[in-house]
Amino acid sequence: MRIRTLFLSTVAPSLLMAQQAAFDRNIVPKLPASARLVLPTVTQSRLANGVPVQLVTQTEVPLVQVTLTIDGGSRLDQVSPGRASFTTRMLLEGAGSRDANALQSELAFLGANLSANASWDSFIISLNVPKRSLGAALDLMADLVQRPTFKSADVRRQRDLRAAAILQRRDQAGAVASLAFNSIVFPKAHPYHAPGDGDSATTAKLDSASVRAFYQTAFVPDRAKFVVAGDITDAEVQTALGSRFGNWISSGTGVTMPTVTARAVANAGNRVFLIDKPGAAQSVLAIGGPGVARSSPDYAALVVMNTLLGASFSSRLNTNLRETKGYTYGASSRFNWLPTPGAFQIGTQVRTDVTDSSLIEVFKELRAIRDAPASAVEIARSKAYVALSIPGDFETVGQIAAQLVDVNQFGMPLSSVSDFIARVNAVTAADVQRVARKYLPLNRATIVVVGDLLKIRPGIEALKLGPVTTLDAATVAK
Amino acid sequence: MKLCRTLVAIATLALPLVGHAQAQRLRVPFTLDTLPNGLTLIVHEDHSVPIVTTNVWYHVGSGDEKPGRTGFAHLFEHLMFMGSDHAQYPQFDRLLEAAGADNNGSTTEDRTNYYEAGPSSALELMIWLEADRMGWLLGGMDKPKVDLQRDVVKNERRQSYENQPYGMVGDITPVLMYPAGHPYSWPVIGSMADLSAASVDDVKDFFRRYYAPNNATIVIAGDVDVATVRALVRKYFGEIPRGPAIERPTPAPFVVRDTVVTLEDRVQLPRLYLNWHTVRSMDNDAPALQVASYILSGSRTSRLTQALVYNAELATNVQTYNDGKRLDGDFNIIATARPGNALDTLQTIIEAELAKLITDGPSARELEQARNAVEASFLRGIQTVGGKADQLNAYYYETGNPDGFQNDLDQLRAVTAADVQRVVRTYLQGPRVTISVVPQGKTTLAATRRKVIP
Repeated sequence: MRIRTLFLSTVAPSLLMAQQAAFDRNIVPKLPASARLVLPTVTQSRLANGVPVQLVTQTEVPLVQVTLTIDGGSRLDQVSPGRASFTTRMLLEGAGSRDANALQSELAFLGANLSANASWDSFIISLNVPKRSLGAALDLMADLVQRPTFKSADVRRQRDLRAAAILQRRDQAGAVASLAFNSIVFPKAHPYHAPGDGDSATTAKLDSASVRAFYQTAFVPDRAKFVVAGDITDAEVQTALGSRFGNWISSGTGVTMPTVTARAVANAGNRVFLIDKPGAAQSVLAIGGPGVARSSPDYAALVVMNTLLGASFSSRLNTNLRETKGYTYGASSRFNWLPTPGAFQIGTQVRTDVTDSSLIEVFKELRAIRDAPASAVEIARSKAYVALSIPGDFETVGQIAAQLVDVNQFGMPLSSVSDFIARVNAVTAADVQRVARKYLPLNRATIVVVGDLLKIRPGIEALKLGPVTTLDAATVAK
Repeated sequence: MKLCRTLVAIATLALPLVGHAQAQRLRVPFTLDTLPNGLTLIVHEDHSVPIVTTNVWYHVGSGDEKPGRTGFAHLFEHLMFMGSDHAQYPQFDRLLEAAGADNNGSTTEDRTNYYEAGPSSALELMIWLEADRMGWLLGGMDKPKVDLQRDVVKNERRQSYENQPYGMVGDITPVLMYPAGHPYSWPVIGSMADLSAASVDDVKDFFRRYYAPNNATIVIAGDVDVATVRALVRKYFGEIPRGPAIERPTPAPFVVRDTVVTLEDRVQLPRLYLNWHTVRSMDNDAPALQVASYILSGSRTSRLTQALVYNAELATNVQTYNDGKRLDGDFNIIATARPGNALDTLQTIIEAELAKLITDGPSARELEQARNAVEASFLRGIQTVGGKADQLNAYYYETGNPDGFQNDLDQLRAVTAADVQRVVRTYLQGPRVTISVVPQGKTTLAATRRKVIP
């Protein structure tokens, strides 16, 4: 919220008259030069125990965002899928002298928003709070990170709730498609193979002892980093965090971060996986394969290529499947940029009777972007859409912190955002075609379809895309 | 119920709060003026980031639809992106993307909005495009365009209703809540049959009647200056003629009936929906209903959450909300049972908790937490220029004053324990719509209504 004084202005009549003079509506208004992106200044420091702190001071709103990230996350699960995210969730169920009710009602009373989540690669504890409640909220955050209680009764209760949520994944065709896609594209030993929230069997095994043991090895200060954004000075941050986190020491021996050797599966040819959802009005399609490392020199070209292919309303996939054919409410594609290369995936939900036709169109687009260079207009539009929208990602303190957390996970400075814009602006049609050829999984795609197989199987098989395997929804979302 | 032209990713927003103890006066400075053709322009300057948003509200929604044409207002919203005389399809999206801007639209029972958001350099382009489709939409309107977006909207309906677990509840609730003919007695998405029936002539009639400057307000917010915005808006919108005066439906009072319905769906867990009629969005009781909702389900320690999820451990989740609209409002309680539990058990506990809240009222601490949190969630929506712009339009629509922010907060702060007791007693004890969604073949899990309070 920005509080400013009311600006009253009187428009000069002469200006109005001039503007209302005859003009040609057919002429598209010229865009003035865009404001150059001015990135916020990041102040770096360390707490007494060595935990790095990055600060962006932004005094406009009396709010502070504090994000603690700890390297690790679900990739530490290995044989116990779901344990990392469950342990992180359990931080909110009691810490220090407070039980879950006391902890969460106190946070709500302070107007604080505190969340604890595990991604595949890190634990993220995020606090957004009015500046005057910062101290009280940080006391709670410090308890939660350093002194969680993990009482048996609380673990049991959250485990039951999670078991019910896992059961409900079967209801969602999209969730089933995505579980199947990840389990196929990422082989068993890969950290992204299993869902972050585990499955029914692994959930049933969670107990207080295993959660505490995992916590002690995973929530360690030597892999932690603070990002702070908002109405706060460097000195204030040092005091606020230093007194609460400066003495934080490992409660156990930190687990060695597993080295990821497994690679996403690059198919020799297309492979089709069908999952039945009897009576479904639509089929969910997930089509893709291995993604690309964020450090790739082709990163900017890939972002532009993907924007053109499926990451904007005017992209080719959406234009074809939605705006030309009317098969869907939307079609899109994405590269999942993660510390370990994620996946490339096209996603759409299409009317049951055009499932096969939709697959034809998706592959037509995958071929077209490889076979011919995109037009200059299309390239310019995609580049501008990516580069010019970046200032809008720095509007709130939460967004500023999120931008820092994002570059941090790849070990890059915030200035890489400016470098990225320069790289995007340098992308050519030839670059786009080259990266499309190099990375898009044409003829080696993993194709997952969740729908009414009685109606859609014959059409899909007739396409002869590749070998067809039928999977069971209850097994995929087990 | 709000439908969007394209799927909107749900972002996790950070939470700002102007707190209880030292609350500052909240102001969103604006200028307001009306063009000779009736178009209202509201400008809010915020120079913190070089971005701008335009936000146009047309005062027409699904409640204004004709019989046999349910879903038309939303279908029409889709057609607003299909090109206009000077910006032919598909220039609208392409030009905005080339300027680094996003856009979307949404339709509710009461209004339709359209917005663009992007770098401030895109300001004039946004205004030109919005003006062109307000003034020059019909030249290129034809059956293929209507047919295409009809298909897209049907797909949207499949995705959000037919192919969505529990999705058909949204289709039947309006029918059960309102008598036939009431503007809220059909869903915003409309029926497949009515969507099939929509014609090019319907599009033309609807446009000429409702899409006129005197039935629209435009908010422009961000890194702009008022004088430039006013001049540009006059330049591009000035010559669009005023439309006819618009009469919106004023339904006759109706008797609320108690209704109990069971749906079977392909779901793992049974879910109970309770719906009561409440009050219009601007009614004096709306803030107390919002606070009551928080006390029932807003936090870990809220009453229904504690009773159902953590004490009895019968439910996985419970949510409540009060939705105030132009003509009426409704209060919803939605509870999902844990595996094997019947919805009657959940219903009994919900009724007991409501009775307890009426008798004892909330504690001082409960009330203060609720007011703080409701205030926080209210503020969460307006920390961006996009959020502020839509809210300025909403307040203007509801009250004629765009800056209703502080007034809303004051009303929330004024809610007392007695107010909460009173609104729960007044609105959540009478006839209601009770819907059970159960896994197929498991109708014995459905809730039964034992007594109907007259």
